[in-house]
Amino acid sequence: MERVSGLLSWTLSRVLWLSGLSEPGAARQPRIMEEKALEVYDLIRTIRDPEKPNTLEELEVVTESCVEVQERDEEDYLVIIRFTPTVPHCSLATLIGLCLRVKLQRCLPFKHKLEIYISEGTHSTEEDINKQINDKERVAAAMENPNLREIVEQCVLEPD
Amino acid sequence: MKDSLVLLGRVQAHPDSRCWFLAWNPAGTLLASCGGDRRIRIWGTEGDSWVCKSVLSEGHQRTVRKVAWSPCGNYLASASFDATTCIWKKNQDDFECVTTLEGHENEVKSVAWAPSGNLLATCSRDKSVWVWEVDEEDEYECVSVLNSHTQDVKHVVWHPSQELLASASYDDTVKLYREEEDDWVCFATLEGHESTVWSLAFDPTGQRLASCSDDRTVRIWRQYLPGNEQGVACSGSDPSWKCICTLSGFHSRTIYDVAWCQLTGALATACGDDAIRVFEEDPSSDPQQPTFSLTAHLHQAHSQDVNCVAWNPKEPGLLASCSDDGEVAFWKYQRPEGP
Repeated sequence: MERVSGLLSWTLSRVLWLSGLSEPGAARQPRIMEEKALEVYDLIRTIRDPEKPNTLEELEVVTESCVEVQERDEEDYLVIIRFTPTVPHCSLATLIGLCLRVKLQRCLPFKHKLEIYISEGTHSTEEDINKQINDKERVAAAMENPNLREIVEQCVLEPD
Repeated sequence: MKDSLVLLGRVQAHPDSRCWFLAWNPAGTLLASCGGDRRIRIWGTEGDSWVCKSVLSEGHQRTVRKVAWSPCGNYLASASFDATTCIWKKNQDDFECVTTLEGHENEVKSVAWAPSGNLLATCSRDKSVWVWEVDEEDEYECVSVLNSHTQDVKHVVWHPSQELLASASYDDTVKLYREEEDDWVCFATLEGHESTVWSLAFDPTGQRLASCSDDRTVRIWRQYLPGNEQGVACSGSDPSWKCICTLSGFHSRTIYDVAWCQLTGALATACGDDAIRVFEEDPSSDPQQPTFSLTAHLHQAHSQDVNCVAWNPKEPGLLASCSDDGEVAFWKYQRPEGP
């Protein structure tokens, strides 16, 4: 159900972009945003779940439609990811958020700002989790914790 | 507005990591920077350029989040994610770690010296604010542990002339503390921000406090003493603090730092949209409801988030900034001419 509504809102936003075709350069934008979103998705889909031996894509924690890219400025983008954790367990959701952030920080080649959220309605403490995973100081400190770091590194390791 | 903030120079202060914070020494001749590489660097001028005079590398096991100079300029305190605060003593170009303050349960987020030089405050993700006393023999003693905040405490700052302490937190509030009998108490909680409050700055007189937040606003708070003319209610003998101005719509992402120039009154902000902004109070505005105008907006001041802005305490208009890209930049601010 979640996936369908995500697809719907993505299609809607695409229609809105296309409706601005009369503006010069606007025709360029939707395709670039789609391309950028796919670039992001390609990097996050292979991230392994911290608990299960599957990727986030296999578990449908992330889907193509869960990535949104907006142009902030020339060659500067805002990437928004809404992921769906498999279980309503606070620490796992935070861990997934951490993995997403670290992978993109390291591998995304274009200039971007990143916002990561739990998709609405999937968690009782989603506001708390969203606040934590978007606090860069908390993220930096977490990555200096050797145990946490090890888990994240294992999850973001590129498949052979 | 583009010309009101001119770049004087840049240095790659913390290679391959982020630069988190900057502090000018009281004489305005040295700038301390600290970062994710666990080091502190001391910068000074040599002719027209800024050069690294010292590197303090043996103090911390993790990120150094903030640094603060003592009012006499002979000591530097550093707050780290390794849960400790180091006190460094300056001996010409050398710095020696003379004490390590322990006690916080996890990352220390901020450290600040009181103007008297006898008190130090630290705060942490463990939700507490600690007040430490220093004696003539450089012995430090924790005199109070304040557990008023309900979340991670991001920043502490002392009032410029009174022994009054302010703290900013992930719980979206600002709290104020003073000494009562032999202990420290929280006498006011400033509510209004809708997300984490990252930093604070008092104005030169100490009558007003600026706070900046993840909610993309800067709020200005004013102190009202008991029996004030404006009829603002106070509880007992404690002053009341009210929000008298909110600067919103100027910043497009989290505001990580705010700095109030003690010489000119100009307000600078460090933002997650990579820009530096300067605001000045309109001269004709009502002190109870002041208005501030944006006098400088430097788009792309850095290639990544700006984490800190710091006004030089002696040279008006000299501003330093640092970023997630590891760089420190120096700027000359000149209030734009015009109507």
